Amino acid sequence: MSIIIDENTRILVQGITGHQGAFHTGEMIKFGAKVVAGVTPGKGGREVHGVPVYDTVEEAMEREPNAAMIAVPARFVRDAAFESMYAGIKTIYILTEKVPVHDAMEIIHYAKLHGVTVVGPNSPGVTAPGRSKMGIMPNHIFREGGVAVASRSGTLTYEIVHALSKSGLGQSTVIGLGGDPVVGLNFVDILAMLENDDDTEAIVLVGEIGGTAEEEAAEYIAKHVSKPVVAYIAGRSAPPGKRMGHAGAIITRGRGTAESKIRAFNEVGVPVADFPQDVPGLVREKLNL
Amino acid sequence: MKLYEFQGKALFRKYGIPVPEGYVVRSPDEIKEVKGDVVLKAQVLVGGRGKAGGIKFASDVEEARKKAEELLNMEIKGTKVRYVLVEEKLDIAGELYLSIILDRSARRPLIMASGEGGVEIESVPDEKIFKMHVDPVAGAHPFMGRVLSRKLGLDGQKAKEFTSMLLALYRLFSEYDAELVEINPLVITGDGHLVAADSKVIVDTDSLYRHPDLERNWEDATPLERKAMERGYAFVELDGDVGVIANGAGLTMATLDALLLHGIKPRNFLDLGGTDNVEVTKNAFQLLLEADPKVIFVNIFGGVTKCSTVAQGIIAARDAFSIEKPIVVRLSGVHEEEGRAMLREAGIEAFGEMMPAIEAVAKALREVK
Repeated sequence: MSIIIDENTRILVQGITGHQGAFHTGEMIKFGAKVVAGVTPGKGGREVHGVPVYDTVEEAMEREPNAAMIAVPARFVRDAAFESMYAGIKTIYILTEKVPVHDAMEIIHYAKLHGVTVVGPNSPGVTAPGRSKMGIMPNHIFREGGVAVASRSGTLTYEIVHALSKSGLGQSTVIGLGGDPVVGLNFVDILAMLENDDDTEAIVLVGEIGGTAEEEAAEYIAKHVSKPVVAYIAGRSAPPGKRMGHAGAIITRGRGTAESKIRAFNEVGVPVADFPQDVPGLVREKLNL
Repeated sequence: MKLYEFQGKALFRKYGIPVPEGYVVRSPDEIKEVKGDVVLKAQVLVGGRGKAGGIKFASDVEEARKKAEELLNMEIKGTKVRYVLVEEKLDIAGELYLSIILDRSARRPLIMASGEGGVEIESVPDEKIFKMHVDPVAGAHPFMGRVLSRKLGLDGQKAKEFTSMLLALYRLFSEYDAELVEINPLVITGDGHLVAADSKVIVDTDSLYRHPDLERNWEDATPLERKAMERGYAFVELDGDVGVIANGAGLTMATLDALLLHGIKPRNFLDLGGTDNVEVTKNAFQLLLEADPKVIFVNIFGGVTKCSTVAQGIIAARDAFSIEKPIVVRLSGVHEEEGRAMLREAGIEAFGEMMPAIEAVAKALREVK
């Protein structure tokens, strides 16, 4: 098993005719994902990489999708997310960045009330090597295996996954939580899923400055996680008050520093790598390999 | 984006939240009339204004102009004072605190109220701050005002005023896509009314497109950061020697961290983002050169952004801007070998791994120093 997606995931891409939507649909299909339908209002009837395009999600439901990837411009994300949730789709992944945070809050709140899982916004998606991929992670970095990776960034995740694969450590699921202040899944939600996932032997958390998600994860690990966990935290060098690219990566009012996060992890026995390249070594140590 | 106090108070007024009578000036001679005692407040986006002497008092026009002039000549934490707010001096019988903040972990708005206003909320003990989460879809309700009023010890007219203030503040928070709205202090006047004596409003930058009435404030960005943002780059100026270009916010941060752990101070944060475009790389160099770094380090993990495209951009930039500073490049991922070969041919050092690249940066830095 993997978490969030697997070989039975039937993906609907909202914004499939856009530059991002079309390109990544092709990449996902190459990876072996089942992309069953696309939606772009006004462009129904076309095909993108052989995937039928519909005007509305309601019509696209004839292809029986069970997950939606949203790749529409930021100002249309709320509308797109509600369209899929109203149609009954229970897994929503939002690729788009710069989504107004109040929109994200509304989407996530409604999702929670209706049992919908939301990944993102501003997330590279979810990849389950050998099973499926929903998102924009580069295909070539993965290898099947037992290490799960959950991360708040994109490229840095690829760097770490690549290093894991090169050292012979494959992955069960790799998930990008999103770089925004409010995202559908936090580390704690993911840890709960991974603790119960039979295919996951070890967990890598890639955090960054801003917020308190890492501190909360550390607390949760101490109480509920039996599997080995290794972490990396980006932003040790960040000055307070400056947004380091991600809207979520900002040290405000003395909260959210890298030191606080590293300390919290160390206190519960989670080693924190100094450099991304050191992650595989720490995982091997934890697994006694 | 932070709003100035006077901008926040204009929004308060729009939503019916009582604020002191007053106006904003850019020069002392704009002060025409002073009714009774007034307070003059330097308008800056940084905190600690009071301690820095940014608040003064006056009782007639002449004195007010003199004090305004002093304030307008001040710098507070490196930012020049460009506006002064002239307001009636309140008769203060008590000071409360009220804010609504976006609680990231709970993914919901959080109301915070305290009887200890007028001081930094961080210094107020937790048991003296009353908190209440709001369902973002259901919104704020009057009962929340009643509950908090009881806890704050407000009754009668004051409780009614508190409740309507809270509801108005929530409407503002939600309609203006705020990350924070704060009234500190929320003054209880001598005659028993509630007035917002200060305002702090932070609006979500990503939602500014739907608030054309808000003027863009750039004060907390340096001129170069502003230029970068206008060109679509995530850029932060730092005070070191090595100019950094990387792709992805996380990897860029990790690059800065790795340099720092090797005792090398970065000059900046510059995220290329996820586009596969030669011009994007080339133009990033143009921006970076304005920051005048001693050495330039490019760290790319290729995915959507292909290493060969970045290599083309680097060579194009070097030739177009006649860069003579040392450039060290690390390319890994899609088309890495092709990219490195292009660079080597052009006489630029290129690595596949981060550590040897950082060692090369250290060496180049020693040589230029």
